[in-house]
Amino acid sequence: MSNAKPLVRFVDIQKSYDGEILVVKNLNLDVAEGEFLTMLGPSGSGKTTCLMMLAGFEPATHGEIYLKDQSINNVAPHKRGIGMVFQNYALFPHMTVAENLAFPLEVRKMDKSEREQRVKRALDMVQLGPFGDRRPSQLSGGQQQRVAVARSLVFDPDLVLMDEPLGALDKNLREQMQYEIKHIHENLGLTVVYVTHDQSEALTMSNRIAVFDDGIIQQCAPPEVLYEQPANAFCANFIGENNRLFGKVIEDFGDSVKVKIDQGGEVHAKKVNVGGVGERSTLSLRPERVVVAPEEGSLPNEFSAKAEELIYLGDHIRTRFTVCGHDDFIVKIPNSAAHASLQEGDTVKIGWNMEDCRALDPSD
Amino acid sequence: MSQTLVTVDGVPLKVSLARAQRRGKLKAIGLVVPLFLFILVTFFVPILDMLFRSVENQLVGEVMHRTVPLLNNWDEQSGELPSEEVFAALAEDFIEANETKLGGRVGRRLNYEKPGFSGLFRKTTRKAGSLEAPYQQSFIDINQKWGDVENWKIFKRESAPYTISYYLAAVDLGYGETGEIVRNKDDRRIYLKLFWRTVWMSSLITVICLFLAYPIAYLLSALPTRKSNLLIILVLLPFWTSLLVRTTAWIALLQQEGVINDLIVWLGFVADDNRLSMIHNRTGTIIAMVHILLPFMVLPLYSVMKTIPPSYMKAAKSLGATPFTAFVRIYMPNTVAGIGAGAILVFILSIGYYITPALVGGQSGTLISNFIAFHMSSSLNWGLAAALGAILLAIVLILYFLYDRIVGIDNMKLG
Ligand SMILES: Nc1ncnc2c1ncn2[C@@H]1O[C@H](COP(=O)(O)OP(=O)(O)OP(=O)(O)O)[C@@H](O)[C@H]1O
Ligand SMILES: [Mg+2]
Repeated sequence: MSNAKPLVRFVDIQKSYDGEILVVKNLNLDVAEGEFLTMLGPSGSGKTTCLMMLAGFEPATHGEIYLKDQSINNVAPHKRGIGMVFQNYALFPHMTVAENLAFPLEVRKMDKSEREQRVKRALDMVQLGPFGDRRPSQLSGGQQQRVAVARSLVFDPDLVLMDEPLGALDKNLREQMQYEIKHIHENLGLTVVYVTHDQSEALTMSNRIAVFDDGIIQQCAPPEVLYEQPANAFCANFIGENNRLFGKVIEDFGDSVKVKIDQGGEVHAKKVNVGGVGERSTLSLRPERVVVAPEEGSLPNEFSAKAEELIYLGDHIRTRFTVCGHDDFIVKIPNSAAHASLQEGDTVKIGWNMEDCRALDPSD
Repeated sequence: MSQTLVTVDGVPLKVSLARAQRRGKLKAIGLVVPLFLFILVTFFVPILDMLFRSVENQLVGEVMHRTVPLLNNWDEQSGELPSEEVFAALAEDFIEANETKLGGRVGRRLNYEKPGFSGLFRKTTRKAGSLEAPYQQSFIDINQKWGDVENWKIFKRESAPYTISYYLAAVDLGYGETGEIVRNKDDRRIYLKLFWRTVWMSSLITVICLFLAYPIAYLLSALPTRKSNLLIILVLLPFWTSLLVRTTAWIALLQQEGVINDLIVWLGFVADDNRLSMIHNRTGTIIAMVHILLPFMVLPLYSVMKTIPPSYMKAAKSLGATPFTAFVRIYMPNTVAGIGAGAILVFILSIGYYITPALVGGQSGTLISNFIAFHMSSSLNWGLAAALGAILLAIVLILYFLYDRIVGIDNMKLG
């Protein structure tokens, strides 16, 4: 993906609404042609703002946005030819579904027969063929969502922006729509910039995810990289489940460090984003990478842990341990015969590999 | 067919449900009753009374209760006066009317149909004591109008307990020589012209209000709440001053020696001896009423516009529409409910408006309601006032019906 030429480029973009607070701080981001890029981040992190700048509804305070190597800072929104799906769909309530879809074609002065043909094709694409004569209010949430997607695509834009398009749907429908949008993206070879604050949505749909926080992209990487190799404590915590231990570096081996945990215990961890000896660090460890009752001496990090709480989830058992003074240490234990005997209050040995424990910035 | 559902103890489900809901219904009725009674007494009863008065005509038959039944036997087409028997009964009625003091009122009622009856009845009542057989001659001696068949025809026609003559008068119609319905003479046709003037001036006021209110409401709906609240207060400010004060303020502004004339004379737009007359005429009524009714247009528009998500316009633009197309094709159709509500509100209010045209309307700016008021309080012709009012009510109801057919009442949003 990354070797394709960029369709969209944000160069040194800054944005402030009130002249006091920078909502977007120095954004540099390339979106490759055909890519599905997701902006993921907590509420208020500036995702919508970035999308609005790209669509032309908000001017950038500083920097340039390029679309196909043309600066579009001074191009009016209706001339940008970017499709957009809004969170509340923004279907026009006084028009039927078919009229909604025909609207972008009408304003492009397309003739009637071609218009009807395109509308029909777009409706078929989202499996809403028979619904053309209905008003948006006569459709279910999922159907409205599909109309919104169809409308944003009917005039063949190269780039489609979607701002939390599935936010209002229930879980099942949301998952179904994720696949449909993904298929449309693949079939049409679109470039999609997608905004969500649902991390599982981001992980299933995207080629790349840009994690936003505080107006800065914390990391921009494919989903598996983001999950396996978070660049900093925020990403580690925001994507997936994550155990955190806080401590201070006491020894530096070049590609690994030894960290002394504040409440006691020393951990050998992979050096990722941490200063030298004496610096504070957050250690990040995925719950599924912790081994319960390892063979003595087989792992570099072994601690005794007290099981505080067990939650039976069928395929695995979620267990909360107290380790090194942290009582919120989660371990996912596979539901196999070997572990069936663990009881609340038991003390067992747990351990993990050096590579699985990442020494990151001290965060807060 | 499905069998009837029953609850566990065997009571049919419907009965049981109705029982459970009865308490709730009673409570709801209890909450509504006081307002319902109030509206019944202060609104529906007066309207019904007005509708009744516009056709009611009991007075003549009651006071002249001996004469009127006998008149039914008189053939008014014969060209002859009623028989001596009728004149005798009339004499008895006048003697009684002299005691009950009702003769003058009957005369006033008949005077609406033809001037002269009032004097005739007053004089005859006064001299009722001197009437003697033969009565016909005796009456003609008092006033020779009693010998005119035309007068007797009117008397007979207007002695029925119900009449349409108020309605005829209200639309500039009357009875001709032979009792057929004809248009009044040109110089006596006033009401149709007034109705027409009322309707078109109200329409004009509504249109002006719409054009002034639309941009304001749009601005208000686009501003953040804190600022828009402040501006809403400014819009409502006129409500805080008395109507009279506001109207007289317009007089001070618009009169020939007023502020605005002084200003444009000083600026040299018009000569000092050629000052504009902007008050005590149509212009004055329109300016003052637009000012007074503007909030009734702004508020419904604002409340509708506020509910239109900004994303509609953004979506339209992202789909390739110019800002102008987006506004016309997407924004405006979504404000139709507000336009309809505001327009119907302003129109209905202005079609019945009274104080402002009375104060600043002069000759050319008075509306039908001013004449209704005149007949209520000055000429005391309540029947005609009621008929005019009923026609006004009918116009409003017809417009309301048309609005319902075209736009739909369900779409109306008042706030
Ligand atoms: N029109 C505006 N005027 C002033 N401030 C704004 C405006 N729009 C957004 N902001 C501020 O900019 C910041 C970023 O907003 P933005 O809408 O981009 O967040 P977001 O990442 O999309 O959040 P969410 O996930 O809740 O949609 C927020 O602090 C918000 O208060
Ligand atoms: Mg947002």
